[in-house]
This record gives sequence, C-alpha cells and structure tokens, in this order.
Amino acid sequence: MKKKSKSISYAKWGYIFILPFFVSFFIFSLIPLIDTIRYSFFEYYRSGIKEIGPNFIGMANYAELLKSDMLKYGGNTLILWLIGFIPQILVALLLAVWFTDIRMKIHAKQFFKVVIYLPNLIMASAFAMLFFTMFSTNGPVNEILMSMGLTEKAIDFMGTVGGTRSLIGLMNFLMWFGNTTIMLMAAIMGISVDIFEASDLDGCTGLQRFFYITLPQIRPILAYTLITSVIGGLQMFDVPQILTNGQGNPDRTSMTLIMFLNNHLKSRNYGMAGALSVYLFIVSGILCFFVYKMTIDDDPDGSKAAAKKKAKEERRRR
Amino acid sequence: MKRKWIAMLLTAAVAAGTLTGCGSSGADSGTSGEEGKVINIYTWNNEFRERVELIYPEVEKTSEDGTVTTLKDGTEIHWIVNPNQDGVYQQKLDEALLKQADAPADEKVDIFLSETDYVNKYTDADADVAMPLTDLGIDPDADLADQYEFTKTTASDVNGVQRGSTWQCCPGLLVYRRDIAKDVFGTDDPEAVAEKTKDWDTLKVTAEELKAKGYYTFASYADTFRLYGNNIAQSWVAPGETSIKVDPMIMSWIADSKEWLDAGYLNETVKGQWNDDWNKAMGSQSKVFAFLFPAWGIDFTLKPNWDGESGAWAVTTPPQEYNWGGSYIHACTGTDNPEHVKDIILAMTADKDNLLKISKEKADFTNTKSGMQEAASDNSFASEFLGGQNPFTYFAPVAENIKIAPLSAYDQGCVELIQNSFSDYYQDKVDYDKAKANFETAIRERYPDVTEVVWPQ
Repeated sequence: MKKKSKSISYAKWGYIFILPFFVSFFIFSLIPLIDTIRYSFFEYYRSGIKEIGPNFIGMANYAELLKSDMLKYGGNTLILWLIGFIPQILVALLLAVWFTDIRMKIHAKQFFKVVIYLPNLIMASAFAMLFFTMFSTNGPVNEILMSMGLTEKAIDFMGTVGGTRSLIGLMNFLMWFGNTTIMLMAAIMGISVDIFEASDLDGCTGLQRFFYITLPQIRPILAYTLITSVIGGLQMFDVPQILTNGQGNPDRTSMTLIMFLNNHLKSRNYGMAGALSVYLFIVSGILCFFVYKMTIDDDPDGSKAAAKKKAKEERRRR
Repeated sequence: MKRKWIAMLLTAAVAAGTLTGCGSSGADSGTSGEEGKVINIYTWNNEFRERVELIYPEVEKTSEDGTVTTLKDGTEIHWIVNPNQDGVYQQKLDEALLKQADAPADEKVDIFLSETDYVNKYTDADADVAMPLTDLGIDPDADLADQYEFTKTTASDVNGVQRGSTWQCCPGLLVYRRDIAKDVFGTDDPEAVAEKTKDWDTLKVTAEELKAKGYYTFASYADTFRLYGNNIAQSWVAPGETSIKVDPMIMSWIADSKEWLDAGYLNETVKGQWNDDWNKAMGSQSKVFAFLFPAWGIDFTLKPNWDGESGAWAVTTPPQEYNWGGSYIHACTGTDNPEHVKDIILAMTADKDNLLKISKEKADFTNTKSGMQEAASDNSFASEFLGGQNPFTYFAPVAENIKIAPLSAYDQGCVELIQNSFSDYYQDKVDYDKAKANFETAIRERYPDVTEVVWPQ
C-alpha cells in the first residue's frame, strides 16, 4: 500500500461536480457539432429507403448553396426579423421608461409585468396555429371585419407578401416585447437616482431626461438586446413554418433560413443541411463575438450598467 | 478484501445469468418453423386495427389503450402507430427497417402498411423490405384472383412480383348536395345529375349554370387534381432515371384549374385541401355544389364536416374515372411470424365474406370484384348519409375502368409540391414561368438526386 499524502485536496471534488456537464456537453453537443461539420463535406442523403453516400465531395455543398436562393432566404429572414424587432424595441423602451418612472405612480406594476410577459409562455407553434385559424379567409377576424362593415369581401391576409410578413412580425413582436421590457427595466433601474434628481433640479424635461440620461446609460444593454435578438431571428422557424405550412408562401417570400434547412432534412440530406448549418454557425459566431466584446470589455462610455456588470463578474470570480 | 472478492463473484454470476437468459430466449425464437410471440404492425391510424378486430377470427381481445391485440393462441399483436402528417410515419418506419436485421425477434417489424402515394418506395425490388407474396406461400394468381387488377399492379415491383395486398380499393365519385341540385337543375336524381357531370366539357356547361345561381362547382383547385394526377400516362420518374418528367395531364390540370378559378367556378377563398377553409366548404352554409371523393372520403372527411341533416348528399358518376388512396399490407422481410402474417393477409384481403362485412360495417369499397358486383345490386348496402342511395352501384363500374397511373418513389413529393407551387400562380401572385421555377427548386430540395425537370412541349 502506498503512503497516503498528508495534504487534503478538495479541488478534485470541484472537478467531479462539474463533470456531468462536460460529459453531457461532449456527448450531446460537441460530437454532433463536429459530425455536422464533417458531413458538410460529404454527399449523404436518402433516396427512398436507400442510403446514398457518404461520399467525400469537398466544398461542393457549399458552392451549391451559394448558387441556390440561400441569400434570398437570408434576406427574408432579416426582413421578418426587422418587422418584429422595430416595434418590439420601441414599445419595450416606452413601457420600461413608464414603469420605472417614480413620478408616474403606475398601480399594479407587477400585474402588468406578468401580463406582457405571458405571450412568451405560449409555445410558438401553438401561437402560429392560432393566428393561422384567426386570419384565414373564412376565419373570425374576417367575419368581424365584414360584420362591422369595414370590408366588403374577405381579406386574404396570408395570400399577400405584406400580409404574411406582417403577421409573422406581429407574432414575434407580441411574443418578445415583454421579455425586452423587463430587461430594459432592469437596466434603467440600475441608473443612479441621483442623476435623475440632479437633472430635475436643473429643470430637465421628460424628453430630455430620456434622450440625454436614460438612453446613453442603458446603451450596453440595448446593444446586447439587439445582438441576441439578431441571433434569435436568424433561427426563426416555428412561426413562419406553421403559418405558411412549411411553404414560405407566397412565392417563397417568407421562407427563412432554418425552414430552408428543414426542407433539406426531409430527404435526410445531411451533407447539404450540414453545409447550411456551418454558414449559420459562422454568422452567429461573428455576432457572438460582438456580444462578448460588449459584455467583457471595460466600459468605454463609463456607463453605470457596464461598470456594475464588471463588478458583479469580479465578485463571481472570487 | 475477502468480502470484496465475494461481491465481485456474485456480481459476475448475476451478470452471467442475465446473459444466458438473453441468449437462450434469442435462440428459441430464432429457430425456423417456430413462430414468434409478438407480431409488430406499423401503421398510421386505427383504421387497420378496427378492421382486423372486426373480421379476423383469431382475435381474442384488444387492450383498452388499443396498443396490444391478443390472439386466441396467445400471440400478441403490437400496434406501432405514427401519424402520416409531415412524413412522420415513414421516418419512423424507415428507422425500424434499417435496424430490422439486427433487431431481436420480438422487435422485428412483421407487417407494415403503406399508402398508394408512397407504396412504390417500399415495394422496390432492390430495397427488398416487403416480402414477395409467393415467399409467404400466397399465390396472387389463385388466392387473390377476385381482387381488382390495378390494386395488384400497384403493389408489384418493376419485375411484376407482387409485394403487398390491400383490402380496399378507392374508386372516386362525384358527391353533390341534393338541395343545390334541386335549386339549379330542378331534380336531385343521380341519373339526371350524371348527365350533367359525365365529362369535362359537359361539366363546364353545368358549372356556368351553377354560377348563374351563385354556386361554386367545386371548393378548390386541388379537388380536381386526383382526376388528372392519377391518370398520368408515364410515371413522374422513370425507373433508373433521375429526371422528373411532368406529364401532359398535369399541364392540363394547371391550365384547366386556372381557367376554372378565373371563371369563378371554384371558391377562390379555399386554397388547397385539408385546411379549415376546405372543411367549412363542406358545411351547410357553403355554396359548393360537389366534391370528388372515394368511399373513405365520404365517410371520413365529408360526414364529420357536414352540419346539416343526413340524406343531403348523393353520389354520381365523375367526369373522369380515378382512384384516390388505398392502404397496402406488406409482410416485412425478416419477420419471425410468417405463418401469422400470411393468415392475416389472406383473411384481410382475400376472403370475400370478410370483405363484404367491412363494406357493410365500415363503408369501404373493398377489393373483391364479385363481392362488389353483388353489393351494387343489394339494397342493404344503401347509405343513410346519402339519403338511402346505394353508393356501390356507382363505385363498381368506376373501379372496373381504373387504370392505375405508373408509380415512382417520388410521387408523394411531386404531387404535394406541384400543387403548392402552382397555388401562387392560380392566385396571380407569380407568373407561369416563376411557378415552374419554384417547383423545380422545391423538388430538388426534397429529392437531392433529381437532376432535371422536363416539361412537356
């Protein structure tokens, strides 16, 4: 028997406790990730029940994707995201400012916070299903409009490019503005009350206060919201998929990148789908880099929120 | 130390015991001639199970959740049900088929079902997942002589070897509203209405009459698709080729549908089938005169959507003979219950009395030529939903004339995507050439091995 060492190291317990995460990450995330990248260089799909491949074909999948309508679907995704994001950030800002304004004295603040967050709890596909039924040509919305005499003939919402896109945008807006509001509220509440008081003494109007104090102070959080929303938007799938029955109608104008990816998976085309995933991975990676920069850097604008975050991180490190 | 050794020994003993247990049971079911204890059946709904319970004499009972049916000799049928929507059923089935060779005997797929839209994928001779019926000991020429010829062709591979059999046969008819017929033609007699719907040219004149009174002939452009699409002369993809050849029949569907929609014979707010608007078009408030349905469509789709009194509908001759749907029963290669499988297939698809019973109880048009002739003239087959009319009188002659379109493994995608792509064209969202281009894009996404799409001149 070996002689036991005298000093007791507790470090190994730390490693043992975090081991499950690393093991599951390795098995369920890292290996599939590497496999996806590997298959993107192969011709590998199913024709009927016969498997074709995997045959190594180099960059052919990537080249083919560039020739296809991928960029158009990227454009669609961007437009759909913008339609949802612009109202989302504006409304969220407005609500956040109102909710945090001490002089407004809004009652039942907690209640409203819960209510605006509620749509986010519904599954996106169920939400899309609901809209699909409500806005169909013979659906309740058209019936209401017609009985009120606002329109003679049923409006074909989902038959027009604008209609379909605005519906998707509206759904994304409804689902996410509550989330953004709560995040921005946290940011605004992080601003020192002293600044607001000082500005009041100097005779600052509400608008000035918003543009010269609140907005600059919450800029890092705003940027963070923007970038995470872009990354989420890139992966937009369930809402347009369900609303347009996977077709991206009309004329594929609401086909997003992930719906395009899903079309390839119908034939188990792992090669092509892998290549598309790698493109998306690179774009998301670049965006993540910006977020990283923004949250880790010392605060260049001297804002309180960033400084606070830094202090928090210091504490966590210790 | 000693204790540790004992523990290890015990563990090893237990492990060895478990392993031997597995080994012996595997060997039991592996020996030829012995039937396995479990029959696994892959399907997409309860349709097949209900029919097996109805007519298969060996059935003892089915568990309450409907997942296990016990036969009289103690064998259990396990029903593995996955929905057809979005290709889920085929995905699950394909996974199971790929694992078939290595699966333990009781987990092997024994029987699986397929629909006409994708039957060709599974009867493929190279893939060899569906057993030739002769290997089971069924002689199609003798045992299945009373079946409709086209159902046998559909379930055969390129070499003409039959690899599946069906209990149903799906000739389609024109189902119309009696009240609208009375309003427009002054009569709801199927014989008289048949004169107005007997071919496309006559039907167009009739459509004009209906329009004058504010009615639509059909609900959507997709309604007429099967009449054209299931009568194509060449398959979408010829065997061994990788190019899609669009049949002239499809082009006339596109041209006619556009013409009909623009003329106002179809309800422009109903876009395609199987959606809410389409279902509503079958209600009593709708202005749609007729639908094109086989027997299952009347019973399974029209009936639940109709909110008026029964007896409001009637069937008559369609402008063109067609077949729509049909579920095929296949014995899966590698099954450990060949005797049971043979028995089930014969009882379900070759026994005339059984098939007539299905027709009576479930309103299916079943796969027996002589039986359907009898049903056509037997008034006990009359339907209450159709106002006491006997639909078999109209189904039987249609079934005699069906020539099934040549199939390919690409049919499902082609049928689905051509309807979707041209839907935009009908609604004037894109022009004709753009719709064609969209079909080409979509079909290449679905089937990566397709190299080109050839349109007829």
